[in-house]
Amino acid sequence: MADTRAHGSTAVATDGGTAAGPALLEVQDLTSSYGAVRALDGVSLRADTGRITAVLGANGAGKTTLLRTVSGLVRSSSGRVVLDGEDITSASVESMVGRGMAHVPEGRGVIAELTVHENLRVGALFRGKVEKSEYDRIYDLFPRIAERRDQPAHVLSGGERQMLVIGRALLAQPRILLLDEPSLGLAPRIVAQIFGLLRRLVDSEGLSVLLVEQNARSALSVADVGVVLNLGRVVVTDSARTLMADEDLRHAYLGF
Amino acid sequence: MQYFVNVTLTGLTEGMVYSAFALALVLIWRSTRIVNFAQGSMAAATTFIALALIQAGQSYWVALVVALLSGLVLGAIVERVVIRPVEGGPELNAVIVTLGLFVAIQAAIAIVFGSAFQSFPTPFGLEGFQVGDDRIALTPNSVWVIAAVLVTMALLVVLFRFTRIGLAMRASAFGQEVARLLGVRVGRMLTLGWALAAVVGSLAGLLIAGGEFVYPAYMDSLIVFGFVAAVLGGLDSPIGAIVGGLILGLALSYVSGYVERGSALVNVAALVILMVVLLVRPGGLFASSTARRA
Repeated sequence: MADTRAHGSTAVATDGGTAAGPALLEVQDLTSSYGAVRALDGVSLRADTGRITAVLGANGAGKTTLLRTVSGLVRSSSGRVVLDGEDITSASVESMVGRGMAHVPEGRGVIAELTVHENLRVGALFRGKVEKSEYDRIYDLFPRIAERRDQPAHVLSGGERQMLVIGRALLAQPRILLLDEPSLGLAPRIVAQIFGLLRRLVDSEGLSVLLVEQNARSALSVADVGVVLNLGRVVVTDSARTLMADEDLRHAYLGF
Repeated sequence: MQYFVNVTLTGLTEGMVYSAFALALVLIWRSTRIVNFAQGSMAAATTFIALALIQAGQSYWVALVVALLSGLVLGAIVERVVIRPVEGGPELNAVIVTLGLFVAIQAAIAIVFGSAFQSFPTPFGLEGFQVGDDRIALTPNSVWVIAAVLVTMALLVVLFRFTRIGLAMRASAFGQEVARLLGVRVGRMLTLGWALAAVVGSLAGLLIAGGEFVYPAYMDSLIVFGFVAAVLGGLDSPIGAIVGGLILGLALSYVSGYVERGSALVNVAALVILMVVLLVRPGGLFASSTARRA
């Protein structure tokens, strides 16, 4: 085990990986269970503006549960979730997007029966009337879905679906984007394209991304900070570069 | 030839009502994956409210509006009070609950309004229009029936296609979790969906009641035809419900018009049509052929 090098669940590395000062999103000692299984066991982490934070770990490490608990789909049994200084631990799921948090769930979350454009519109519903230029911007980011704008979303390929749900989340004008396994089932070229785009958005617009990935190599290549989960606990939090260089840790938890 | 036209016109009028009732079932099926067996007695309840108003001296139109509004309220209450607690449980639970509700509402109607047969008025005449020397089977009242259903369907299309609330309702129906994550108040949309379905069901109840006798169980055969129409169309497709209703209305009218002692065979014919369609197209006529990967 590589536990000797773990920084502990609350420790935060200072070597350029994480920012000081108040975090945009702060998860404090979060615990939650599915039935008798404790999926998260005292997880703490932070996500900052202008950074991509990647949560890594094997299947069953608690990555998806973490995102679902943060956005309120799963209720925590203890711990807190703080967004921009406000405790949102028990806020309703529906209110999250209005608070600036957009969660793209696992499995893409395209509404297959709606057209591509209608899917985008759902992302902006809570904001009331939205300028056409905002849709144009999303279509400029993802020209491939622009071509299919009036087709039902079930005709999209996996990569196009991922582009659509990210575009839809962006229309909600989030401050933080929660992405659950965006690379799942996609060709490496598409993954690189999507991650590259995320990097540009984060750098140019001060977005924060909390990215959950099993594909640790791709995720670390784009992320600023990595958080490694194992069996519901944080094993280590460090800069992506440091984690990438740590061969023992990679072998033990990240599978590459 | 004239006989054929008349049988066809009768079938279209009846079919329109089946379509409306099937549409109400489809609205609920699409949003909550529940087959609402109580739809018929809910519609009967609002029809009796309308009848009470008419008997108290109100005009047909006042009674119609009040009945449709009662449908709206009744649908919302049923979803909130009876369906919400069993939602998310085993699918059969909700269906059994609607069956229980079907019986309970019918009993409540009998308690409040009595079980006697009472005649329900029509707003327009029941004499066929004069064409040349003949009277055809199209009456002013059947024109009203057809127009009322068409206008209702057009309004629903506008609501679902062109309004934000319609989009929110469709998003809630097809992607509950995603809709919630995008800030759509899914619970409210489901309540609204049941309420709208109950309005459409009530309209069907009122239209079928016109010129007939009503009693607590008068909707029972319409329930069967409405279900057959909905299933013919695929249960998931509003257009399918409409087409299914028209096909069924025409087919049943031809059976009763051309087959000897056909009027007694109508219920059997409905079953036969359903079996044939389901054998040829198990998902119904308008089942989406594409697998869903939501």
